[in-house]
Amino acid sequence: MSRIGDAFARAREEDRAALVIYLCAGDPDLAITPELIVAVAEAGADVIEVGMPFSDPTADGPTIQQASERALAAGATLPGVLAAVKKARARTDVPVLLFGYYNPILRYGEARLAKDAHDAGVDGLLVVDLPPESAAPLLGPLREHGLDFVPLVAPTSPASRVAAAAEVAGSFLYYVSMTGVTGKAGADLAAAARRAAEIRETTGKPVAVGFGITSPDDVRTVAAQADGAVVGSAVVRAIHGATSDEGRVAAVKELVRALASGARR
Amino acid sequence: MFGRFGGRYVAETLVPALDELDAAWAEARGDDAFVARLDALLRDYVGRPTPLYHAARLSEAVGAEVWLKREDLAHTGAHKVNNTVGQVLLAERMGKRRVIAETGAGQHGVATATACALLGLDCEVFMGAEDVRRQAPNVKRMELLGAKVVPVQSGSRTLKDAMNEALRDWVTNVETTYYCVGSAAGPHPYPTLVRDLQKVIGEEARAQILERRGKLPDAVVACVGGGSNAIGIFHPFVGDEGVRLIGVEAAGEGVETPRHAATIGGGAEGVLHGMRTFVLQSDDGQIQEAHSVSAGLDYPGVGPEHAWLADSGRAEYVSVTDDEALAAFHRLARTEGILPALETSHAVAALERVAEDASLIVLNLSGRGDKDLNTVLEAG
Repeated sequence: MSRIGDAFARAREEDRAALVIYLCAGDPDLAITPELIVAVAEAGADVIEVGMPFSDPTADGPTIQQASERALAAGATLPGVLAAVKKARARTDVPVLLFGYYNPILRYGEARLAKDAHDAGVDGLLVVDLPPESAAPLLGPLREHGLDFVPLVAPTSPASRVAAAAEVAGSFLYYVSMTGVTGKAGADLAAAARRAAEIRETTGKPVAVGFGITSPDDVRTVAAQADGAVVGSAVVRAIHGATSDEGRVAAVKELVRALASGARR
Repeated sequence: MFGRFGGRYVAETLVPALDELDAAWAEARGDDAFVARLDALLRDYVGRPTPLYHAARLSEAVGAEVWLKREDLAHTGAHKVNNTVGQVLLAERMGKRRVIAETGAGQHGVATATACALLGLDCEVFMGAEDVRRQAPNVKRMELLGAKVVPVQSGSRTLKDAMNEALRDWVTNVETTYYCVGSAAGPHPYPTLVRDLQKVIGEEARAQILERRGKLPDAVVACVGGGSNAIGIFHPFVGDEGVRLIGVEAAGEGVETPRHAATIGGGAEGVLHGMRTFVLQSDDGQIQEAHSVSAGLDYPGVGPEHAWLADSGRAEYVSVTDDEALAAFHRLARTEGILPALETSHAVAALERVAEDASLIVLNLSGRGDKDLNTVLEAG
C-alpha cells in the first residue's frame, strides 16, 4: 500500500479520521515551505496537501487565490515546489499529495513530473480541473512511478461518476462537501460526512471530506462518519496572519494540534 | 473534441451540469418549436439576416472586391446577441431562472443582459474591475437593462479573471444558474453550442455572396479573440476547399513583445477555462496577461475549434498591431461611413495583405465602434 493508504489505515485503526492539511507552497516564500510541512506533520497531520500555485485557480475561494498570488509573486515554480518537498522529505515520513491545476503539469510534462515528483518524495497528485475521463495522460505515468491519483467526487456526481472516480483512485477519494469553492462557509458537514460514508460503502475506498472545514468542531462533525477531513483555507489564514517565520511555524502547529484533537472519535 | 483540442478540464462539480447542458442543447436543437422561436427572435428582434454589403470605396483602397457582413447592424451592435438569445432561450427551457456571464469589453454582457430582459430572467455579469473602469458606458447599459454587474478584483482584473469568477459562481450555484459563455470557448459543449448559434453568420454570408456574385469568395476574414464571430462565419465555408479562412489576432504592441493577445501566433498548447487550446503562458505554465487596444480581443486563450483549424492548416491566422487596427478604424470610417468596433478593425487592417492573393473577399464586420470612441479619440 502507498504511504497515503497506510496513513488512512493507521487512522482507522486508531479510531480517528485522517487529518489532511493543505498548505500553499511558496506562501510567503519557498524557503519556509519545508519548515511548515515538517511542523504540520509533527503537530498531527496524517497527510499533507502541498498546493502548487497557479495563476487562475478557478476552484479556489479568495483565501487560497491570494495565497497563490503571493507565492507566484515571490517566485514559486513547479521545480521549486518539488525541491521544497524534497527538503521536507529528508526530515519527515508524512505522506505528501501535490494539489493543483492541470496547465502547469501539462507544460512540465506528465511523465517528467511523475518521475520528478516521485524522486522528491511525493506520494500522489490531486488535479482539480482533471476529471477522471480527461486524466488518462497523467494516470499512466503516475502508476509507473507508484504515485496515487486522487479524484474529486462532488455533491452533483451521479453514481456512475462516483464509480468512475473510484476506478482511477489510488488510496482515497476526495469528497467536496458542497457546490462551491474552497474556503466557503455554510457547508452542511454532517450531511457531507454521511454522503462520504455512503461512498466508502459503495466503492470500498476511504473518503475524505474537504471544502468549508475550518475548526476542530468541524473536523469532529466530519470525523464522526468520514475517513478523513481536509482543512485548507484556515491553515493558509493562520500562516498569513503571522509576521515572522517562527510565528508562522508556531501558528500552524497550534492550529493543527487543535484540529487533530477533533479528528479523534 | 476538435482533434486533440477542446475537451473538458473542469472541477468535478461542474461535469454533471455540462452533461445536462449538452443533452438539453441536443434536445432543443431538434425541437421544431424551439428552433422556430429562436428563428423568429433572430428575424424580428435581432434583425436577421444582416446585409452583405459591397464596400466599393474600401475595395478600391485595398485592391480587391470586399463585401462586409454587417453584424454591426444586429441589435445591440454586434454578433454577440446571436449567441445570447439562443443560450438564454435554452436557460429558460432548462428551468434556470438566473443567468450569469463574463464580459471583457462589455458587448457580451450587454447582449446577455438584453436577452435576459427580453425573457424576464435574472442576470449577473462578471467584469474585471479594470474593464469596468475602461468600459463605463457598457456597465451603465447593462444596469439599465436590469443586470447586476460584479467587478472582479482578482488577478489582472480583466476578461480572464471575469471568466474565473463566473466559473466560481457557477460551481457554487450550479443547480439554479445557467452560465452563458460569450465566446466559442470553455469546456465542452460550449465551443460547439456557441458555434452552432453563431454559424448563422456564415450560412447567410455564403448564400448572399452566391446570390450576388454567383460564386464563392477567395477568402473569408474575421478577427479572433476567443473567436466566436470568426468561427460563426468560417464554419459553413470549412468544406469549401477553395475558400481561404483567415483569422486575425491582436498583436498589441507586437507579437515579439510581451504585450499582445496573439494566442495562436504567439502562445503554446495548454489548458485554460476548461479547454485544451493555445494559451499565452510562461515557461512554468502560468497564464499570462494578454494585451490589446481592443478589450474584446484581450484574452490569453482561443476557442478550441480555431486551435484545430490552425493546427490542421485549414485556416490561417495572422496578427495586426494596435496601431494598424486604429488606422483601419479610420480608413473604414472615411471610405465607407462605418465606425467598426476595434476588434473588427483588426480584420479590416489585414485586408491589404489578404488582397495580395485574393480578389473576392468577405469580411465579418462583427460589431460597431461607438463603444470605442474614447479609446480611438485618446489614441489621436
